[in-house]
Amino acid sequence: MTVAARAKPKLAVWKFASCDGCQLSVLDCEDELLAIAGAIDIANFAEATTAVVRGPYDLSLVEGSVTTEHDRERIHEIRRQSKVLVTIGACATAGGIQALRNFKDVKEFTSIVYASPQYISTLDTSTPMSDHVKVDFELRGCPISKVQLVEVISAYLAGRRPGISAESVCMECKVRGTVCIMVSQGKPCMGPVTHAGCNALCPSFDRPCFGCFGPKETPNAKSFVQWTSERQGMSGQNLVRLFRTFNANAPEFKEGAELAEGVK
Amino acid sequence: MATRKIDVETITRVEGEGALRLKVRDGQLEDVQLNIYEPPRFFEAFLRGRSYTEPPDITARICGICPVAYQMSSCHAIEAACGVKVGEPIRTIRRLLYCGEWIESHVLHVAFLHAPDFLGYMDAIRMAADHGAVVQLALKMKKTGNKLVTIVGGREIHPINVRVGGFYKAPSKKDLRALLDPLKEAADGAEAMLRWAKPLDYPDFDRPYELVCVKHPDEYPFNEGRVVSTGGIDIDPSQYDDVFEERHVEHSNALHSVVKARGHYLTGPLARFVLCYDQLTPRAKAAAAAAGLTPAVRNPFLTIMIRCVETLYAIEEAIRIIEAYEEPDRPYEDVPPRAGKGYGCTEAPRGMLCHHYTLDSDGTILDAEIIPPTSQNLASMEDDIRAFAGPRLGLPDAELAMKCEHAIRNHDPCISCATHFLKLEVDRQ
Repeated sequence: MTVAARAKPKLAVWKFASCDGCQLSVLDCEDELLAIAGAIDIANFAEATTAVVRGPYDLSLVEGSVTTEHDRERIHEIRRQSKVLVTIGACATAGGIQALRNFKDVKEFTSIVYASPQYISTLDTSTPMSDHVKVDFELRGCPISKVQLVEVISAYLAGRRPGISAESVCMECKVRGTVCIMVSQGKPCMGPVTHAGCNALCPSFDRPCFGCFGPKETPNAKSFVQWTSERQGMSGQNLVRLFRTFNANAPEFKEGAELAEGVK
Repeated sequence: MATRKIDVETITRVEGEGALRLKVRDGQLEDVQLNIYEPPRFFEAFLRGRSYTEPPDITARICGICPVAYQMSSCHAIEAACGVKVGEPIRTIRRLLYCGEWIESHVLHVAFLHAPDFLGYMDAIRMAADHGAVVQLALKMKKTGNKLVTIVGGREIHPINVRVGGFYKAPSKKDLRALLDPLKEAADGAEAMLRWAKPLDYPDFDRPYELVCVKHPDEYPFNEGRVVSTGGIDIDPSQYDDVFEERHVEHSNALHSVVKARGHYLTGPLARFVLCYDQLTPRAKAAAAAAGLTPAVRNPFLTIMIRCVETLYAIEEAIRIIEAYEEPDRPYEDVPPRAGKGYGCTEAPRGMLCHHYTLDSDGTILDAEIIPPTSQNLASMEDDIRAFAGPRLGLPDAELAMKCEHAIRNHDPCISCATHFLKLEVDRQ
């Protein structure tokens, strides 16, 4: 191996409980993939390659949430081997849709899906990586945005923070010039409390935002619950479902669901 | 007593996590287990109590590789439960969306996950150093498939435009027509990829599968049709429980599906090609014939070529649909809830995906059952390894492990789906 090749930063992609969609985003960077592979050494990425290069790694991208005892230990080992650790997507950042178990009895869940629950070993909760280790940057979305992924990889290669805004989806609608669904159609849209990054995709398809990027920085869940329940007639039950879908375990959405439970 | 133990801890280039364990006693293969350690995510459990409008978004999250399949099977099952049959033009737009997913998923598997096995590379990026043209071609074709999913569905992974009854917004004629040139180029690309794959080294390995798929009288199957098999099954999807069942085995977080009367079966591209050959386009048939593929094919290693044929079909079908496309007045039909049970079986790129929902009168989901293609194929994949590894036990452990992984990747397993999969471990004693 030449000196130059050895000097390339090492990227590792790790999987926990997830759908594989966020790591697939790496392979979906069709225009950038071979360039990325040229700039960095893809050292560990089981979905894409059989080759494994030993750590330490310069950048670890972590997909999925912690749902087993083994995974709880594994993330600590990955942290020890990683200079920079970035979570990719709602599962690693907020526990993902499988965090719906956090609000139910897992034994009952296991018996619904599996005829012989005694064969299954799993934790009672699905938790984000930040509950277990220090995370350097959290990339949101279910799934993540390809554009933001390329930005995160480029930023860490250049030694700077990723230029990713924590504003709401509403700001993206304004920039695109999409007419507000909440105001013009009176439909409950999660845009005001949801983290930007999708370029306000759903409203541009004439569909209210359903919060797949999780909470924006400092969302006003209380006001959202009041607005949608009092002015738009949303039932408490429907509001709870809105908050408890892909980012149910994110603290701000947890709070929103609890407030919604108080709505008659 | 001669003892030998081989471990493949993580089967790579598959979606999700699993391991393969082989037990060899006195030079004889004693046991094969595909061990699914991808942790369970309990979708069927948390769907209970949710609204009938939610499964297209929620079940998409089972799999980032084939979310469209989940969206289509859930919509069809829920619409069946509500007694609504969605007609034209929505059914054609659904077919178009499925074409996009088949193109991107098949090309990903052919070039990135499967081809490196035949040529002895660790991955497509390393393969690109010697086979740059085919990797570049694949990236371009995959991009076109993803672009189609994005235009119709909003984004390539977990599309947002699908709803029970149809779509939130109809794709624009202008956006779709812009895809015609890249699709026409991709059709030539699919033929080129098939010509590239033909001279690869294929082991003689015909298997006695019972092949199962959805079959439609006039179309190669995506969304609609009867469930048929080479063993004589010919049922409406609603009769699914009469013929199939799921069994839970100890070594796996995935359930195994079987034909009640006979046992193991196989779903996926091989099944569709064999059972629905007549519904392929003349150009796809000609490409298959040039590659030496006929409906008599039973060798799972040849699925790399069948995926190229199906990719060509999906591209041609997309072109046909786009050329005739007119924007509908309303992109969805109303689906009022009612109490009942509905069944939906559609063809994901890697095989048949069945959803069943039981609804309350207000649309609350009382029960959900999801049977992904990989759990239907698991038992047949274990059978394949038994038959394939048996005569090859003389190989060194590392080589045997690599060949077994190849035999598993023939079926493009999606382990994320199956846990509702892979590591190779050979235990030689």
